[in-house]
Amino acid sequence: MILDGKCPTGPIEKTWDKHRFDLKLVNPANKRKYNIIVVGTGLAGGAAAASLGELGYNVQAFCYQDTPRRAHSIAAQGGINAAKAYPNDGDSIYRLFYDTIKGGDFRAREADVWRLAQVSNNIIDQCVAQGVPFARDYAGYLDNRSFGGAQVSRTFFARGQTGQQLLLGAYSALSRQIAAGTVKMYNRREMLDLVVVDGVAKGITCRNLITGELESYAADAVCLCTGGYVNVFYLSTNAMGCSVTANWKAYKKGAYFANPCYTQIHPTCIPQAGDYQSKLTLMSESLRNDGRCWVPKNKADLAKHPDEIPEEARDYYLERKYPSFGNLAPRDIASRAAKEQCDDGRGVGPGGRGVYLDFSTAIKRVGADTIKERYGNLFEMYEKITDENGYKRPMRMYPAPHYSMGGLWVDYNLQSNIPGLFVLGEANFSVHGANRLGASALMQGLADGYFVIPYTIGGYLAGIKPGTVTTADPEFKKSTNEVKAYSQKLLSINGKKTVSEFMRELGGLMWENCGMARTESSLKDNLKKIPALREEFWKNVKVSGTGGELNQDLENAGRTADFLEFGELMCRDALHRKESCGGHFREEYQDQGEAERDDVNFCYVGAWEFKGEKAEPELHKEPLKFDNVHLAVRSYK
Amino acid sequence: MSSHNEHKTMTLTLIVWRQKNATAQGKFDTYTAKGITEHHSFLEMLDVVNEDLIKGGKEPIMFDHDCREGICGMCSQVVNGVPHGGQERTTVCQLHMRKFKDGDTIYIEPWRARAFPIVRDLIVDRSALDTIIQAGGYTSCHTGGVPDGNAILVSKPDADYAMDAAECIGCGACAAACPNSAAMLFTSAKVAQLAALPQGKPEAAVRVKKMLDAHKECGFGNCSNHYECQAACPKGINVKFIAKLNREYLKAHLG
Repeated sequence: MILDGKCPTGPIEKTWDKHRFDLKLVNPANKRKYNIIVVGTGLAGGAAAASLGELGYNVQAFCYQDTPRRAHSIAAQGGINAAKAYPNDGDSIYRLFYDTIKGGDFRAREADVWRLAQVSNNIIDQCVAQGVPFARDYAGYLDNRSFGGAQVSRTFFARGQTGQQLLLGAYSALSRQIAAGTVKMYNRREMLDLVVVDGVAKGITCRNLITGELESYAADAVCLCTGGYVNVFYLSTNAMGCSVTANWKAYKKGAYFANPCYTQIHPTCIPQAGDYQSKLTLMSESLRNDGRCWVPKNKADLAKHPDEIPEEARDYYLERKYPSFGNLAPRDIASRAAKEQCDDGRGVGPGGRGVYLDFSTAIKRVGADTIKERYGNLFEMYEKITDENGYKRPMRMYPAPHYSMGGLWVDYNLQSNIPGLFVLGEANFSVHGANRLGASALMQGLADGYFVIPYTIGGYLAGIKPGTVTTADPEFKKSTNEVKAYSQKLLSINGKKTVSEFMRELGGLMWENCGMARTESSLKDNLKKIPALREEFWKNVKVSGTGGELNQDLENAGRTADFLEFGELMCRDALHRKESCGGHFREEYQDQGEAERDDVNFCYVGAWEFKGEKAEPELHKEPLKFDNVHLAVRSYK
Repeated sequence: MSSHNEHKTMTLTLIVWRQKNATAQGKFDTYTAKGITEHHSFLEMLDVVNEDLIKGGKEPIMFDHDCREGICGMCSQVVNGVPHGGQERTTVCQLHMRKFKDGDTIYIEPWRARAFPIVRDLIVDRSALDTIIQAGGYTSCHTGGVPDGNAILVSKPDADYAMDAAECIGCGACAAACPNSAAMLFTSAKVAQLAALPQGKPEAAVRVKKMLDAHKECGFGNCSNHYECQAACPKGINVKFIAKLNREYLKAHLG
């Protein structure tokens, strides 16, 4: 089937304004009659729940943490982009749009990206009004920095904790609505099923993580703001609780999963130290504004202290390969370059999986105090984890899974192919194409939550009668029974291997065979090994405790079971996409190490439909058209 | 590289608070953690213990955790009597085992405060902190109806002061450390952040009153100037914000 994103047509500058006008409105007095479920309280979910509640809708919001303020948006460090052009350096909405399309390697929809760039400015205004303490210059104006391969300074930031501050802004707006009674907040709930009645999304089934009880919630629309899936690699920069579960349950109820193979591997993370490790820690990309990446030219120098390696024996590989962008090359490019050096046997640190990020040149130029002011918290974090002082010795870095550009398929209204199911933020596939630019995730989450969904959900709700389905509908009972049986099955296996052992094994397969570089044979290998691992899981996993209590082992088992299915779909998507683009690098398709796109055959969104446990999923395509930014080879040389 | 030996491991004795649920009687149980290296984080050390427990058919130790990089505020353990374990400006998830020695005995308990009832083992209910924010920890701006970001000037010192306060991660260690179980450092951080900014000034008086009322109603005690909160705070939030809160409170009543 050819999918239609229902994008508005005409001059790109007018698309969002025209569309907003064309959308139907819900009468203010009628809004309270509509119930909306929002799952997840990160930037997208927190902003959506707050804004929808403020409009007068009845909102029920859910998160698996003990409070909505802990969603993993909180860990974003570097900043948020906006096309304010305050520094007078040539930025514009059009340039942000252009950079995002190009940065995404021409695999995103033009209209969606335009809208993102257009509302980016409103986001900054909104956050300032909430009291987000953005960095200011001495005159009291908002400060900007250049970030992640942009040649203009359009990134707003709050020290190294921008995600935290923006999330706390959204959380404060959400708290205000909770107090006002427009939002009912359900903490420590995990969504375990989407309830679809007559083909329309009408509710969810949750597990109360404290009591273990299964709970049904009905609504007129469901918004999934449930984040990304890179924990499929086991080790990633995501929080421990991040999973594909909510999205996967929606997929199994008929929602299409788009471009699952597009994952972002962030270039600057602290290398893995041992097998026991539970997560990887990212160090903001902003470090590359002042840090220089290098490895020794000669393998003989690997064992030496970096200070003993003279300048001429160092290979500043990013500066060498990409003279115009240098150390600021986009993430996918910088990550692959690091891997290339390590594959060449010139990686540093344990296992040869690391490159140096060296601040000595910058410290000489601006002084250690300035570096400390810019990145002090990051140096501190680095030292806590590695016991090394980044001011005195170059940091060691290695790429790690960080973000998923793929996600549930949505149209221009952020509505999936299931009517009534909306998907926001990282959970959808819409704006980043095959690679996300730095400081754009925060922008997208808040754009979707504050400024897109409040309009587009109204267009949907205005066309339906409120409250037609309640939890008395048999579909809710059916869903609850299925979830219960599934948990009981997990608990009853009582095998020999723990959930973590399976998750580590899956993560290893995904990283080796579907990670920074993929080949036809590595992917085919995974398509055999993952089903085998899944089969073993269902025969030999050991899950402790019972279903009727707080049981973290059971939570992890459910998430792992979903990753064991999702990993296969991700490999299938990567196998079918016989081209390299952005974060998807197929070794067979390259031009001297650079990704080689195939616009003739693959200029489309690939969205997969679940066809049953035993059947292969079906691929649907949404062709991508580029009327404004012309398809070109993405070069940063 | 630091001068460590990758193969050297530690064996530790853990004395851990176990409690089945909110109403059950809790008690300390003793466990052995083996094969721990200096690079394990404290929570990764507990992961190792839990894997053994699960394999041995026993219930793992339940504890709250999520980002494991010190920013989400979910982890919450009292280690050897000190919330987060006593390393300066460090959450327990960022505490590393190089701070311990082979053979050490480590006591691990949940946050202890009347307003934080125990949920299970090391997990407590901190929704009281949400209640305090819901009482007024925001500016009442509507989505969309706001001026340009640069229409509101904020001097750099004010912005920096607000940011110092805003770094609070809402973990609750301040209340767990306080002999009076006060969450005053937490409450003051939000009050001070918003009172320092022009955007927060119009509601400053009503905010401080409502947030302090909520603080009291939640069952937290009052500040008695022990400064234990500042010592335990993993983000280094300064007690000067409590002084600011007191000034704001006084102003609210005089005004």
